[in-house]
This record gives sequence, structure tokens and C-alpha cells, in this order.
Amino acid sequence: MTRLLLVGTALLLLVLPTIADNYVLRVATTMLMYSALALGWNFIGGFAGYPSFATAAFFGLGAYASGVLQTKGFPMMAAWILAGAIAALFAAALGRAILHLRGHYFAIASLVVAEVLREVTNSATSLTGGGMGLNLPVLSADVTTQARLFYYATFVVAATALASAALVARNRLGFGLRCIQQNEDAAIVLGINTRRYKVAAFTLSAVFPSLCGAIYASWVNYIDPTDVYDVLLSVKPIVMVLLGGVGTVLGAVYGAFLFLLMEELVWRNLLQFHAGLLGIIVVCLVLFLPHGLRGVGWAFWRRRMGEAAP
Amino acid sequence: MVYVQVLVNGLVLGGLYCAIAVGFSLVWGVLNVINILHGSLIILGSYAAFFAYQYLNIDPFLFVPAAAALLFCLGYLTQLVFINPVMASPVLITLTLTFGLNLLLYNLMILAFKADFRKVILSPPLGSINLGGVIVPIDRLISMAFALALVGLLYALLRGSRIGRAIIAVRMDREAAQLMGVKVARIYAITFGLGAAMAGAAGSLFSVMFPISPETGNALLGKAFVICVLGGLGSVPGVMVGGLTLGTIESYSALFFGPEYSVTISFTLLILLLMFRPTGIMGRRGFQ
Repeated sequence: MTRLLLVGTALLLLVLPTIADNYVLRVATTMLMYSALALGWNFIGGFAGYPSFATAAFFGLGAYASGVLQTKGFPMMAAWILAGAIAALFAAALGRAILHLRGHYFAIASLVVAEVLREVTNSATSLTGGGMGLNLPVLSADVTTQARLFYYATFVVAATALASAALVARNRLGFGLRCIQQNEDAAIVLGINTRRYKVAAFTLSAVFPSLCGAIYASWVNYIDPTDVYDVLLSVKPIVMVLLGGVGTVLGAVYGAFLFLLMEELVWRNLLQFHAGLLGIIVVCLVLFLPHGLRGVGWAFWRRRMGEAAP
Repeated sequence: MVYVQVLVNGLVLGGLYCAIAVGFSLVWGVLNVINILHGSLIILGSYAAFFAYQYLNIDPFLFVPAAAALLFCLGYLTQLVFINPVMASPVLITLTLTFGLNLLLYNLMILAFKADFRKVILSPPLGSINLGGVIVPIDRLISMAFALALVGLLYALLRGSRIGRAIIAVRMDREAAQLMGVKVARIYAITFGLGAAMAGAAGSLFSVMFPISPETGNALLGKAFVICVLGGLGSVPGVMVGGLTLGTIESYSALFFGPEYSVTISFTLLILLLMFRPTGIMGRRGFQ
């Protein structure tokens, strides 16, 4: 059932550009980007249970790495991939430094990374344009072609993120990460090299957001530090995963979809109270639906099944 | 001479920082909750003081107890209604919850107060005193004295009063405290209220020294983080050390590198400290 749904959705997403207009395509691109961000966070936050707030740092790093590379003459796609590699290396090094922290200390350390990167980007004016922002080379293709290009690029990133998550969930890495999430000391006693596992998860959680950031930079043609290092970029993926159910593979995707639906239907009509409404949603989610909407669905379904076949 | 002046500036600033961070540290230490709201609560206190001065002509220094009382009620209710139900949840949940509450409060403040910067301008101005070549503005000096007095008051409250001993008992061992008849949920609410009250009081003092806007809250939250990690979580003396150290470091780094790097330097310091000495300068367990 799930497999059929997945194949159907994938096919629909693949042919979407030929049937949808540019607005739908734009929303769909955003949805895929959100999915990739949520799936990325899920590696460290969901599987390993480490409350990472570094998504914005990786997104911004990807955007700026790719933007600077492109202004230095690198072709677009090469710049994207290099940006992903740079962010992965950065995360691997950073992970070695801060992953021995637990709980709040890790959360704060990861939260601060985006602030430091933002300040560094602001100060390195000659390279990044500082607070003035960075203009990226404009593509010579027409609008529809560009929309399709960025849509498919994001699709590839999101699909790869989903495939990696499914793969990780089934192999040793996923098993080890779940052990760490449940009881890290016990995992160490069992002989799991927790540090290597956590660094792997943290690196994975950097690759996909940084690729999203790189594509986003080319998509909107202009980036500035407050935009791409926005702390909301760290929080939104967490909300999405909480919506869909923590630690599950598809939960992140459902969450991203629901989140975008709310964003498109409700928030665009409440521009003055955008952040406030997000706050209310977060509070209600945490207080009333700690296992996400899937939790509600499952409980309801199980109760009905239980009544039907005792 | 300039070095002495910068040191004095840093210590005066650091005194205020102690008041800014002490409530945050208390909540973190006792409740094990990172209160992302803290920065916005400080700013709320600042706005209360600002409007009290503008419309009722109440001196911001005299307004400190009122701001503290106001924010205590708000904090008490917040803990009771929103945070108590999820106290048993993992770190991520409480963190996300206070983050959500902060988004809400921030947005409400933007709607109510606009994003313009405002500042309490005392009239007549208090001027400054010259201590053998070192110039100290009097309003800052009074702010520092008030801030340190508040921190001392909190310390005395925690050490001397029944409520304070109950708070520390809950911090040390929640279950044992419960068995001794301490109503843990109520102590949580009081602790959070005290944290918010300190934020409100610090906010009143802050409004005299710096311009405020709802945006300022995030920077203050960042400073509270750094101070807690710097001084070590879990003690009032730790916060004092952290606050005064951060104030001094910021002053000197502004002198040597330029003020635009002060955030980068303090955050880099934070990451280095977390890497090598996560317990901080004065770190140990137990909130006293």
C-alpha cells in the first residue's frame, strides 16, 4: 500500500511540470525543499535524538558556498555539488567538536553555529558582499525552463534524501543511531562506536540542507545573511518532523507536506501575524500532539480495527 | 589609562549582564528547561518601564519592583499552563515549546510596540562622574548597582527562605523533594516566575542604558547562553563570574577588534568553551 502510494506520488511529481502552471511548480519546489530539510534533520534529530538547531547553518553555508563559487566562474551544477561537499566536511569537523555534548548543551552549540557563520559572512565583505548580499549569475533560459530545472534539481535532492533515510533506517547505522537515541551509555557498552555514528548522522543532516541552500541561492538569484541563516530554517524542519512523527522515514515527508499546506492556506492571509501563528502551531503541536498527526491516525485506526476484529 | 576605562566600562556592563542571565540560569538549572522566551521577557520588562516613564512619569529605577512583579505573574502562569504538562518530555520538546511561545510573544510585541528602537531618556540627565580620569555615566552606575543588588537578593532568597530551600531541593532531587512534601509543580511555576521576574527587572534597567526593540531579545538570549556556559550552570556565583567576564571581554574586544566583532568573539568563545570545558569556570552541580 505504502509502496504503491510512493510510486504513484513519484510519478505524479515527475510529470508535474508538464501539467502544472508555474505557481504550482513553485509551491511543489518549496515542498520538496522542505521535505529534504526535514529528512536531513531527521538523521540527527530523529534517529539519534540529538536536538540539532544547525539546519540553518548548513542551508546558509550551502547557499553561500555555491553563490561564491558561481561568482568565481564555476558552472552552476558543479557549484551545487561542491557546496554540498564543503558543508559535509564542515559538519564532519564540527560534529567531532560538539557531538560529545548532550541535551541542552548540544542544542545551544548547534544553534550558535548559524550565528557565527552569519557574522563571518557579514564580515567577509570582499568575498560574500557582507550585509549587502550576493547576486548570483542570472541564467539565460526562459522562466518556465528555469522553474522546471530548479524543480527537478530539488526533486533529485529530496528523492536522494528519502532513499538515504530508508537505507539508513534498515542498516547498521540506523540501528546504532536508535540505540544512541534510547540510551547512549548502553550503546557504548554494547560496543557501538557512538562518535562515528553520530558524526555520520550529523554529516548526513548537513548534506541535504546545504544542497537545498545551494539550489535556493540559484533559484532566487540573490541571497543575504539574514535570509539564508534565518533561525526559522532550523525550527521549521523540527516542526515538520514533529508533525509527521519523530524518527520515522516517511513522517518527515508527511510533515513537510502538511506544514506547507498550512503555510500556503493560512499564513499568506496573515502576513502581520506570520511568526505568531507559527508559534501557536508549535505550542499546540507540542502540547496536544507529541507524536505528530500520524500518532493520532494510528491510534484512531487501531481503535477501529480493534473494535472490528477483537 | 584607556585600559582602565575599558575595564570599568566592561565591569559596569557585566553587572547588568549578571541580572540578564541569572533568571535564565535559574530556570535552566532547576527546571532543566532552556527558556528561549527569556530574551523577550527582558524586552517586555523594558517596554513596561519605557511606557511607565513616558505616560506615568515613573522613574525606571523605581519601576524595577513593579516590572518584576508583573513578569513574575506572567512567568508563573506560563509555566503552569504550558510548560508543566511537558516537563517529563525530552529536551527537544521543552526547547521547541519555549521557542514557539517566544515566536508568539515576539510577534505580539511587534504588533503592539512596532519594531522601532526606543529608549528611556531620563530628564534631567544624571550626567557622569570622573574618578581620577575614569569617566562613568551615573545612570549606568546605578543600573549596575541595582543589577548586582537584585542578583544578591535572589541569592539570599534561594539560600535563606523556605521557598528557596524548596527550589534547591527540587533541583537536587525531584523525587526526594516530592516525598518530603514539596509540591513540585508549584515550585516549578515559582521558579519560572522568579526567572521571569529577574528578566523583567533586568529589562527595566536595560531600558535606561540601551535602545530597545522586540528584535533586541534574541541578542540578549544569546548573551544569557554565553554567560551561563562561561560561568558554569547552576549557581548564582557562576552567573556573576560569567556576566562580569563577558562584559569585560566584550569591552576589550571592541577596543582591539572593533565593536562589530563582539558577537562573533563571544560566540566563538562559547563554542570553544563547550568543546573544552563545558562545565564553565565555576561549574559544579546543584543550584545555590
